Amino acid sequence: MNIKKTALYELHKKHNAKFVEFAGYSMPIQYSEGIVKEHNITRNKSGIFDVSHMGQLFIKYSNDITDKLQEILPTDLKNLKINQSKYSFLMKENGGIYDDLIITRMKDKYMIILNAACKQNDLQIIKNKLKDQNLDMNNNLSLVAIQGPESKTILENVVSNVSKLKFMNGENYSFKNNEIFITRSGYTGEDGFEISLPNKVAVSFVEELISKGSTLIGLGARDTLRLEAGLCLYGHDINENTSPVEANLKWAISKNRINDNFIGSHQIKKQIEEGVSKLRVGIKPETRVIARESTKIFDERNNEIGKVTSGTFGPSVNASIAMGYISNSHSKTDTKVYLEVRGKKVPANVCELPFYKKSYVKGEANV
Amino acid sequence: MSDTKFSKEHEWITLDGEVGTIGITKHATEMLGDIVFAELPEKGSNVEKDGTAGVVESTKAASDVYTPVSGEVVEINQSIVDDPSKINADPEGGAWFFKLKLKDKSELDTLMNKEEYDKFAKETSA
Repeated sequence: MNIKKTALYELHKKHNAKFVEFAGYSMPIQYSEGIVKEHNITRNKSGIFDVSHMGQLFIKYSNDITDKLQEILPTDLKNLKINQSKYSFLMKENGGIYDDLIITRMKDKYMIILNAACKQNDLQIIKNKLKDQNLDMNNNLSLVAIQGPESKTILENVVSNVSKLKFMNGENYSFKNNEIFITRSGYTGEDGFEISLPNKVAVSFVEELISKGSTLIGLGARDTLRLEAGLCLYGHDINENTSPVEANLKWAISKNRINDNFIGSHQIKKQIEEGVSKLRVGIKPETRVIARESTKIFDERNNEIGKVTSGTFGPSVNASIAMGYISNSHSKTDTKVYLEVRGKKVPANVCELPFYKKSYVKGEANV
Repeated sequence: MSDTKFSKEHEWITLDGEVGTIGITKHATEMLGDIVFAELPEKGSNVEKDGTAGVVESTKAASDVYTPVSGEVVEINQSIVDDPSKINADPEGGAWFFKLKLKDKSELDTLMNKEEYDKFAKETSA
């Protein structure tokens, strides 16, 4: 299989990117600044992320589309306003998650943003559900995120009127006579935007953002940023065998859908009523030791009670941070646990997420 | 630093009498990326040539640190444990890892000089 490249590949190269293969794409893991500096640039100023490897699926409205999609997503799509986005899951029969996604109601269609590693499988599931074998991802579009406190001003200099967008809302804009769609959203815990735009203008768009003061950021810093923000990475923190309830993402299931039928709803309802045996929590080691994925978690009596699903060093909190699943009886904040790293037991504490407080902006009125 | 010797595991060592100072090379730090954690051997412990004598972790991954020669750990550099970013900033100077009282000086003969190491590093990272 040939390794795929995004429309921004040559630009990454020009900016001295180090590449890594991710979900079949050659993606920048970091640039010459390095992960920690890129992380801090995003937190303090503004960073640009090429996320064009993610799937962009558009589904035109027809009679029963919303009902059909509600059978596989636990989200209330009927009350979704035009241009509003929601975080949702492609559900599996056992209550597990095939993928996590963002769905937006556009004027004449739904836009669904899918994880790169899952998108082909997701597409097949959605095609089968909608009985539409012609449905396909739009590969003519790139997806760029700009994140961090100065992003609003920088993007406003390139595309007028973006600052009026509210969090988890989108709008059509234009760039060099091309229609682009911008949502106020992101994956860093910072205020920011995600821009879906034609491949042919992707390079000039990103170059303009750079010239206005933003900086290209690689997947390495994207990971430390999202983990500090307590956000899940599919395939690690959530997967086909973790339910949204176990993942502590119950908030993303619309309240009026809990008693409704969707794939896996029986299991979800049961978990909400009877509780779960394991829960995703934040974990803070007492030392700087990093507890990476698969690190075993023990209680004070040396019983294994869970596993780490993501762990790294958080530059903004200046500490080692991790997330993982832990037996429900030990999931309370401040519970003392032990992480087995290189044969030694490292003391740690269950903590609330996020590690780093978000500064999402709800819209111009609240600034 | 013409008397500095280098190992294939990207450690350097300089000798002052019986005591060798050991750290990791600039090339190693460039491959690792931003170092965020360092663990050193215990003072007073004995380490064997090519054995594990510490760990460094970058945001990406953990790597063992090996000792290029055998000996007794007589001093460790606590400042790099407290602030591991010093390792990226000055790997072949202030950010040394530990000092050893050498067991057998002839072990130094198995190591590379600067010119040999630079060539080795270039070939293995290509």
